Amino acid sequence: MKILVGIKRVVDYQVTVRSTADGKGVETAGVKMSINPFDENALEAAVRLKEAGVATEVLAVAIGSAANQDVLRHALAMGADRALLVETDAVVQSLQTAKIYRALVEREAPQLVMSGKQAIDDDAAETAQMLAALLNWPQATFASNVQVADGKATVVREIDGGQETLLLALPAVISADLRLNEPRFIKLPALMMAKKKPLETIALAELGNTAAPSLTLLNVAEPPARKAGRILNNVAELVAALRAEKVLP
Amino acid sequence: MSILVIAEIDSHGIKAATRSAITAAGQLGGDVHLLLTGSGLEGIALQAKSIKGLSKILLADSAEYAHGIAENLTPLLVKLAPGYSTVLAAATSFGKNLLPRAAALLDAAMVSEVTQIIGERTFVRPIYAGNLNATVAVPPGLALITVRPTVFEAAAETGGDAAVEAIAATGELGKTQFISRELAVSDRPELATAKVVISGGRSLGSKEIFHDTLAPLAAQLGAAIGATRAAVDSGMAPNDAQVGQTGTVIAPDLYIAFGVSGAAQHVGGIKDAKVIVAVNHDAEAPIFKVADYGLVADLFDVVPELTAALKQ
Ligand SMILES: Cc1cc2nc3c(=O)[nH]c(=O)nc-3n(C[C@H](O)[C@H](O)[C@H](O)COP(=O)(O)OP(=O)(O)OC[C@H]3O[C@@H](n4cnc5c(N)ncnc54)[C@H](O)[C@@H]3O)c2cc1C
Ligand SMILES: Nc1ncnc2c1ncn2[C@@H]1O[C@H](COP(=O)(O)O)[C@@H](O)[C@H]1O
Repeated sequence: MKILVGIKRVVDYQVTVRSTADGKGVETAGVKMSINPFDENALEAAVRLKEAGVATEVLAVAIGSAANQDVLRHALAMGADRALLVETDAVVQSLQTAKIYRALVEREAPQLVMSGKQAIDDDAAETAQMLAALLNWPQATFASNVQVADGKATVVREIDGGQETLLLALPAVISADLRLNEPRFIKLPALMMAKKKPLETIALAELGNTAAPSLTLLNVAEPPARKAGRILNNVAELVAALRAEKVLP
Repeated sequence: MSILVIAEIDSHGIKAATRSAITAAGQLGGDVHLLLTGSGLEGIALQAKSIKGLSKILLADSAEYAHGIAENLTPLLVKLAPGYSTVLAAATSFGKNLLPRAAALLDAAMVSEVTQIIGERTFVRPIYAGNLNATVAVPPGLALITVRPTVFEAAAETGGDAAVEAIAATGELGKTQFISRELAVSDRPELATAKVVISGGRSLGSKEIFHDTLAPLAAQLGAAIGATRAAVDSGMAPNDAQVGQTGTVIAPDLYIAFGVSGAAQHVGGIKDAKVIVAVNHDAEAPIFKVADYGLVADLFDVVPELTAALKQ
């Protein structure tokens, strides 16, 4: 069984992002970029399935500029066997991303596609569901446990107020929650080995027509700041302040 | 053209989040219809009829819709959506799982987690864990939207009298089998909708200490108990207690954070609280930047003192 894993290159989660001076975008120049944290969980799950003998090949895929080679090398060091970069400098939104993935699924014929539940830049949480729809495959989003056996995946998903368990007939799409696992720490030898693994680049146009309705970004702004707060001296002052705010009886 | 809201139900009936989505739909202008799906819906249809702001209830009552499986609901949405300008749902785990799937098959624009409706085609949604707000416009044609329930007031449960129309079921995809659902049972109010939320971070140290420290204060305040991801990951609090980007987004009247550093991913989930209080012994903790009131103190001193003060 082959597993295809989506790897998005995003601004590192510890960076405080700002909008660009013209308010039309997000300032990414000179900012630290990393693999989307949820994608590390997806990849870790795929690599563990390979280590358990359930999967035979793990293919990491990124869509974006040539700079994405760094996150793909990271994925190879984590244990992916092969990496594929669909190269484009254009902004690719969720539905187009899903169409690109569909073209790759047709080429590579994986039994399982794993992605992060959301990319921490756009926070869309859409791509996995869209891909599953386009392929007419079952889906399990926000997965916190995945077991694969006998052509089926048993998936525990995080839902509001609890969790649920689904049984999916493969092929299927699964999107990973942070709780799925603890991604491994990459050691130096793994990084050296990753340099020898294949990383293929294909131009977006080679995949045919992937056009999709897209949103126009009109403006990016910081949310209105909260009014300046006050440091109080003791609990009595706090109780008095909260009563004055009418949030305490 | 009309707007179709997708209802979500639980054991109590139609969720408050759906009524928030109905309010958002009302802001778009036009008739608002509600699609009610599930199995054995008679009682709930009556409940839906009286929600204010609806002109029609579409009732799809059939076994394949029983567990809200997106694979089974999508064909129904694909069939109904072309009659509407906008299909809307609350940005809950149900809505977020379903709408993108339908959008893909409809080849339509999808806007997730909308927090503000500027106009019929223009919306604001948070990006980067709520560090920034993006204003986006959808292209002409059908759009699918999920709205963040905490920012839209729930439509009134009474005052409406919508017509009810039965809709034929669309069958099962047959590739997804529902096994089980475990919902947390708690004697505390639901985190997402509680008026008061208190939460604890990693520094509480253990499950027992977390509970013993916060439960008496929560009981005193009638509050829900939340937690940081660090506290959840180390087993001090259940998964569904997590507040933030990857947990529950809340907007209570009062939020009190004990021993929470204030990482962007946490703060993104509490920004809409009316009053934020932070208790942290590190005066430099980022949580103080968003707090209305702060105490630079040890939480293990403050919590019992506050609990006692409120008893008086
Ligand atoms: C993709 C991604 C998504 C995430 N999503 C979320 C999310 O949804 N929600 C979330 O919460 N986090 C989330 N996180 C994690 C987040 O980045 C932080 O790591 C986390 O919020 C920190 O939790 P904490 O404040 O409990 O712990 P710490 O950062 O360790 O802070 C502990 C704080 O307690 C204070 N303290 C210690 N002892 C005491 C005492 N006795 N009295 C008073 N104060 C004390 C310390 O001064 C410190 O400020 C996410 C991270 C990533 C990468
Ligand atoms: N440009 C991209 N390249 C590779 N994977 C992507 C890309 N965009 C989205 N994905 C995958 O889809 C998941 C969900 O993204 P989103 O729907 O944008 O929140 C991510 O966690 C990735 O696994």
